[in-house]
Amino acid sequence: MTRVLELDGIHGGYGETEILHDINMHVDPGEIVVIVGPNGAGKSTAMKAVFGLLNIRKGAIRLQGADITNTPPQQVVREGVAFVPQSANVFVSLSVEENLEMGAYVSSADPGPRVEEIFQLFPPLREKRRQPTGSLSGGQRQMVAMGKALMLHPKILLLDEPTAGLSPKYRGEIFQIVRDINAAGATILMVEQNAKQALRIAHRGYVLVDGENRYTGTGAELIADDEVARMFLGGGRTT
Amino acid sequence: MMEFLNFYLVPGVVLGCIYALGAIGISLTFGILRFSNFAHGETMTLGVYFTLSLIHLTGLHPLAVMPISMALTAAAVLGMDRAFFKPFRNSPTIMLVIASFGLMLMIRSVIQFFWGVQLQALQTGIQRPWVLLESFRILPKHVLIIGATVVLMMAVHLLLTRTKIGKAMRATSDNPELAALTGIDTELVVKATWIMGASLAVAAGVFLALDTHVETMMGFKLLLPMFAAAILGGIGKPYGAVIGGLVIGIAEEISAYPWIGTEPLLPPGYKAGVAFAIMVAMLIWRPQGLLRGRQF
Repeated sequence: MTRVLELDGIHGGYGETEILHDINMHVDPGEIVVIVGPNGAGKSTAMKAVFGLLNIRKGAIRLQGADITNTPPQQVVREGVAFVPQSANVFVSLSVEENLEMGAYVSSADPGPRVEEIFQLFPPLREKRRQPTGSLSGGQRQMVAMGKALMLHPKILLLDEPTAGLSPKYRGEIFQIVRDINAAGATILMVEQNAKQALRIAHRGYVLVDGENRYTGTGAELIADDEVARMFLGGGRTT
Repeated sequence: MMEFLNFYLVPGVVLGCIYALGAIGISLTFGILRFSNFAHGETMTLGVYFTLSLIHLTGLHPLAVMPISMALTAAAVLGMDRAFFKPFRNSPTIMLVIASFGLMLMIRSVIQFFWGVQLQALQTGIQRPWVLLESFRILPKHVLIIGATVVLMMAVHLLLTRTKIGKAMRATSDNPELAALTGIDTELVVKATWIMGASLAVAAGVFLALDTHVETMMGFKLLLPMFAAAILGGIGKPYGAVIGGLVIGIAEEISAYPWIGTEPLLPPGYKAGVAFAIMVAMLIWRPQGLLRGRQF
């Protein structure tokens, strides 16, 4: 079984500053893998490295075995990686339907049928299809952002803190959605601040500290690990 | 009442159409390339002179040769983008603004070199107004300008809402970073923006030339009201630019109406000040514009 994604000894950062010092992780087909850790540990940065938004100095990133290190974002999308940034992840002035269509921009096929499938996955979006996305609630915007990313059946979906800034009620809803789209076949790599909740739905997790892997294990193992719990999962807050 | 309609409101709507067409280009360029393009007025002037030469060559009506001058101007603008703006794509905005300022002076000098600085006209002869309902008078060229503007606006609307590249243009204007992460071909969007902005600028210039005359400073004189219209409507919002253009055009014309007593409220020489006053007021109290565009 080929790994969907593999980060092999990644060193890199923005410009001159190095943020990641030796990151190793992988994602297998059908998995939900969660990256947790304190602020400034390089969680989001590790994810951005995959998407070609980072200057990688050492190491390699492989997508189904093919090297995609330092490939520009537009090309990474074509290779089958979809990225949902933490904020500003929808086109607010475009309608819900247009946002989904843009998710299929690199394909020349008619996006119509796939848009219908996405509406089946996120039923609340169907009746709002013609509304500007900026008028939707936070949770529904996240649905649009994820739906947009799923348009082209990506090999892997990268989610950068999908529950950031959402109320606890929506947070649970989003985690449920992540489970649902995983059950529908999507492989997911996710960065989360709400570590405990995220690890509960994860197959595996990585704890990053100071730009390095610190702990690795299944979601349940990491939650059960005393040291991890004491350091990062205390009140669900990581400051 | 009829005097207000005939000599203030109709010319105001005509002027508003011209500003609106020009402002769409400014607004889109700002939204997608993120800089104020000072050369936009000169793009307009260039298109008018291409039209003038094509009329001399073919003897056809200005609107008949306008598509060709639009194509020529768009090609020229794409060349200028390649030479003057593309190298600065990832540079601070101020470098692009200064580049556009330099380009503005260069285009104007080239036009003056090849075509001369004397006043010219696209059409000769005096038009008699059509008289409707006994006292409503309208010049045929004004009907033509308003009608052609409506057609162009509908074309722009269909392009932006029904085509893939149009939606990608709106998406890029909305959020350029996300557009790149989504896989939208931003260079293609940039090209489409230049072509659309230049074509509409040519239409605005030709309409202004039909209404008045042809001269090398005509585009530059329109730059301020076009910027005012784009800001009023909300930067990056093409529909806002249309509203902004109409408001500014009408406001300029009716500011000279004798609202109080028999003298014009504002001497016609101060018309340009109206656009400036609206722009300053908007920047102070509602910098995002009427349609919530990007803030400066």
